[in-house]
Amino acid sequence: MIHGMLAVYSREMMILRRRLTRQIPSWSVSPLLYLVAFGYAMGRHVAVDGHTYMEFLIPGLVAMASMVQAYGISSEINIARFYWHIFEEIQAAPVSDTAYVAGEVLAGMTRAFLAVCIILVFGFLFGVKQSYPPLFFVAILMNSFVFASLAVAMAMLVKSHADQSLVSNFVITPMAFLGGTFFPLHSLPVWAQKTLYFLPLTHASKAIRAASYGQTPAAVSFAVLAGVGLTFFSMAVFFVSKAKD
Amino acid sequence: MIKIENLSKYYKSLKAVDGLSLHVKPGELFAFLGPNGAGKTTTIRIMTGLTRRTAGSVSLNGIEVGPKSVAARKQCGLVPQAINLDRELSVYENLTIHGRLFRMGRIERKQRIDELLDYVEMGDRKESLIKNLSGGMKRRVMIARALLHSPAILFLDEPTVGLDPAIRRKIWALIKKIQQRGTTVFLTTHYIEEAEFLADRVAFIDKGKIITVDTPRNLMESIGSWAIDRFVDDDMKPQYFASRKEANDFIATQSESFTLRRVNLEDAFLSLTGKKVGKDHS
Repeated sequence: MIHGMLAVYSREMMILRRRLTRQIPSWSVSPLLYLVAFGYAMGRHVAVDGHTYMEFLIPGLVAMASMVQAYGISSEINIARFYWHIFEEIQAAPVSDTAYVAGEVLAGMTRAFLAVCIILVFGFLFGVKQSYPPLFFVAILMNSFVFASLAVAMAMLVKSHADQSLVSNFVITPMAFLGGTFFPLHSLPVWAQKTLYFLPLTHASKAIRAASYGQTPAAVSFAVLAGVGLTFFSMAVFFVSKAKD
Repeated sequence: MIKIENLSKYYKSLKAVDGLSLHVKPGELFAFLGPNGAGKTTTIRIMTGLTRRTAGSVSLNGIEVGPKSVAARKQCGLVPQAINLDRELSVYENLTIHGRLFRMGRIERKQRIDELLDYVEMGDRKESLIKNLSGGMKRRVMIARALLHSPAILFLDEPTVGLDPAIRRKIWALIKKIQQRGTTVFLTTHYIEEAEFLADRVAFIDKGKIITVDTPRNLMESIGSWAIDRFVDDDMKPQYFASRKEANDFIATQSESFTLRRVNLEDAFLSLTGKKVGKDHS
């Protein structure tokens, strides 16, 4: 299991290493634009829950980036599967479905963590002072675990690369904006708050933000992320196994 | 070595493989010859654990094959029809990933990669990116990769499709060399000359069923030794003769002229199935 997982992971890392010089600028563009447009230009005079908007925004961007980049592994899997047929090479190897999923999820989590590091560097450059306790990173890792697992499941479920972008447009993008990233959810009507409470990103944003404010995040947020993550991971293993039909 | 019993694979109402049984001996170079859509690739995919079977059984070296059979997967090396190398990575990196997937240790992996790249005459292109290689070079890298973990059986699915004749012959020589080293080779092809040149035994496959299995020589001799092509009812119809003399005697009685040629596997396939191997019947 461990050997297989590390073999799959090392493949993704070899590819990432080759692309890193292109990937870092590409990961930097969106957060930089959000920070400049929303944080610096619009939010300079806005305070949220006793914190500057920049202090509020950065944990939200961290949650969003860890989700988007972890989910981004789905495109890599899809291209490997539909265009380059590399998925077959892994299927033909003595690697269990669980090991394959674990390797890809770990790769998604690594991408997410690197993208988060870029945001934290930007936050430092913009002069934002925040706490980075261990729970801050635990929340990031759990959030990226949730979305990397979803990414593998979806990559196996879709029938073409085009279908994958539909999932991104209808699931990931709305969640990126509604999961407590750019505005506090308590400013919404109660019914909307209750609905958005079911999104894993809402819990990730809350936990990451609470940790960055130096508070202890709610245990329920970690429980939700763990539950959803394990569900998505199991789904991913199941769909990988079904891909042999 | 390879034992297939009553193997079937259905995709809804389509019977891709239909009650196929077959035994391949250790060290044999066995070829599946049939038109596109005959069920060759599906059979290979089932044998290598890539596709689930609907019914029947497959065992490699006595190990039952199934989608979760890790032990069976260690027995086989697969060169699929489509190029499935990581284009952005180097030759060496592609082989390294394969070695890691098959749990090879670092030292063994490095030695074996160097040995095999020399074997397929790609030792000087170790650091080249896959996207910069020609089609023939990619095929040779795929063969080296499939052999990296020293499999008992090498599966080659249309290994020379899309390659020019000179490169094709080079790949054939490599496949022969692999067999001479003791590896059992299972090959699918729709190239007549490929099966004739390489195979110890050939199975004709059509519509998911094996029509017949024998040596290329026996298959050809079963219909005669010499042939002429006659134009009958808007189609070329070959006529077979047991000896050259018999064929020449026949030609002498005809008013039109014919070209006499040796019988080939295409003739044997045509005579048994009523269709040509090269035609797409999928």
